[in-house]
Amino acid sequence: MSGLRILVGCKRVIDYAVKVRVKPDKTGVVTEGVKHSMNPFDEIAVEEAVRMKEKKLASEIVAVSCGPTQCQETLRTAMAMGADRSIHVEVDAQSYEGMQPIHVAKILSKIAQQEKVDLVFTGKQAIDDDCNQTGQMIAALLDWPQATFASKVEKANGDLTVTREIDGGLETIKVKTPAVLTADLRLNEPRYATLPNIMKAKKKKLEKKKPSDYGVELSPRQQVVSVEDPPVRQAGSKLDSVEELVGKLKDSGLIPS
Amino acid sequence: KSTLVIAEHNNEKLTPVTLNAVTAATKLGGEVSCLVLGSQCAKVAEEVSQIKGVSKVLLADSDVFKGFLPESITPFLLATQNQFNFSHILAPATAIGKNVMPRLAAKLDVSPISDIIGVKDDSTFVRTIYAGNAIQTLTSNEPVKVITVRGTAFEAAETGGSAATENVSADAVTNDLSDFVGQELSKSDRPELASAKTVVAGGRGMKNGDNFKLLYDLADKLKAAVGASRAAVDAGFVPNDMQVGQTGKIVAPELYIAVGISGAIQHLAGMKDSKVIVAINKDPEAPIFQVADYGLVQDLFKAVPEMTELVGK
Repeated sequence: MSGLRILVGCKRVIDYAVKVRVKPDKTGVVTEGVKHSMNPFDEIAVEEAVRMKEKKLASEIVAVSCGPTQCQETLRTAMAMGADRSIHVEVDAQSYEGMQPIHVAKILSKIAQQEKVDLVFTGKQAIDDDCNQTGQMIAALLDWPQATFASKVEKANGDLTVTREIDGGLETIKVKTPAVLTADLRLNEPRYATLPNIMKAKKKKLEKKKPSDYGVELSPRQQVVSVEDPPVRQAGSKLDSVEELVGKLKDSGLIPS
Repeated sequence: KSTLVIAEHNNEKLTPVTLNAVTAATKLGGEVSCLVLGSQCAKVAEEVSQIKGVSKVLLADSDVFKGFLPESITPFLLATQNQFNFSHILAPATAIGKNVMPRLAAKLDVSPISDIIGVKDDSTFVRTIYAGNAIQTLTSNEPVKVITVRGTAFEAAETGGSAATENVSADAVTNDLSDFVGQELSKSDRPELASAKTVVAGGRGMKNGDNFKLLYDLADKLKAAVGASRAAVDAGFVPNDMQVGQTGKIVAPELYIAVGISGAIQHLAGMKDSKVIVAINKDPEAPIFQVADYGLVQDLFKAVPEMTELVGK
């Protein structure tokens, strides 16, 4: 067997280090002139796919991103990390506002079928909408098993043994391939793309597609009524001693006296 | 209008966050049913039947649900939905809820709504985006609303009800796609992190895992749960299930004591709704002090043992 073919979803999001600002008209957050990068969880997914290829468990890695033209930069990053080629599903700015995980899942599941992949790998959630939906929905649409919030992935014959982060600790499941995996934080630490690899990535193939090429309509399923700043928490007082702190907490009944 | 709440439990006991999800469900205005699905979980159904606001309990007891794998739960939920036609299906936003609900939604061809913190009306919901740095209100057009609920944002439903239980057969459900192998759950006599009234949490400032003993000692005196920042988990001081933050657990206790935690955005997202926040950190510039009600600029290795000593005296 020649190894798994892997499709990796790479979302372009506002960089994790940027402090987001809500637009004054409350329609969303300011994105213009703001640094964007690959969703950190998707980076972990790309890294894991690349490691699987380095271990000869995978044969080809295709990166995909849905969104505006700038997503091509995200895909170049994925290819500089080690993805072999990529597909950009271009969505104009207006349609992109109404685009939701269900639309992305429909497009990615079609691509997974066309490319005959064995594995779809995404981050467990995007750090912009914090939805945590896309991987699960791809699995549903393909009727494949899902191993979400993965912190360890091992291949055993035709199956994958996956350790998952759950509320009380860790659990281990086995899924048949083809399958969908979503990456949690501790799966790996993504590499930095080196300059030679960034140069190489410029020559790798990047196909341009549209949602309609996959028969997916981007009709909005939800309307955003408003986006607002969260209530601000006021800083309280700095105290001088543990004694004073314990006294205050006892007085307010927060700790036993 | 009718709502189904999927109860979370370990086949023995109901997970308390289900009570918060029931409260969210009662705000939708329709009749609330509660589904208990598991293997040998009749005891849980009895517990659920006593939740106020629940008018009917559906019990599906089958070995096929061992490990609560989405590949077996989803087809069952689909069949149940076909039979009862709920307008809303809710689950707590836990590892299980987050895993199953989007899969169900995709099968129903609807866009799910994750981790809501408010219900405005039966189709308008409030949730956070960008790790809690913005609050989004949205209206869903979907015929069935598939929702996960952030427990800390809703009060727990009271007990004292008496709903009838109806058995639902899961005989048609099979799963040959996935297998449950096992779990490694952290054992602790302390309260559960997500629902504890008091939480003591440590960060990178703890320096190593052994030093968390200082926090355990304090927590035991306060009957508190112990949590950690992502930095402490990533550094390997403590296991992942202790992580409080955007990608870990969201907590909102009466009292949150942050020890040696600088207060990264991702961490604040997980705890800033706590009623009273105490920060102990030797760095007076640490961002955690901007949200703390009481700040103590001190060396934690001196302050924490002193605090443990003074509590209960």
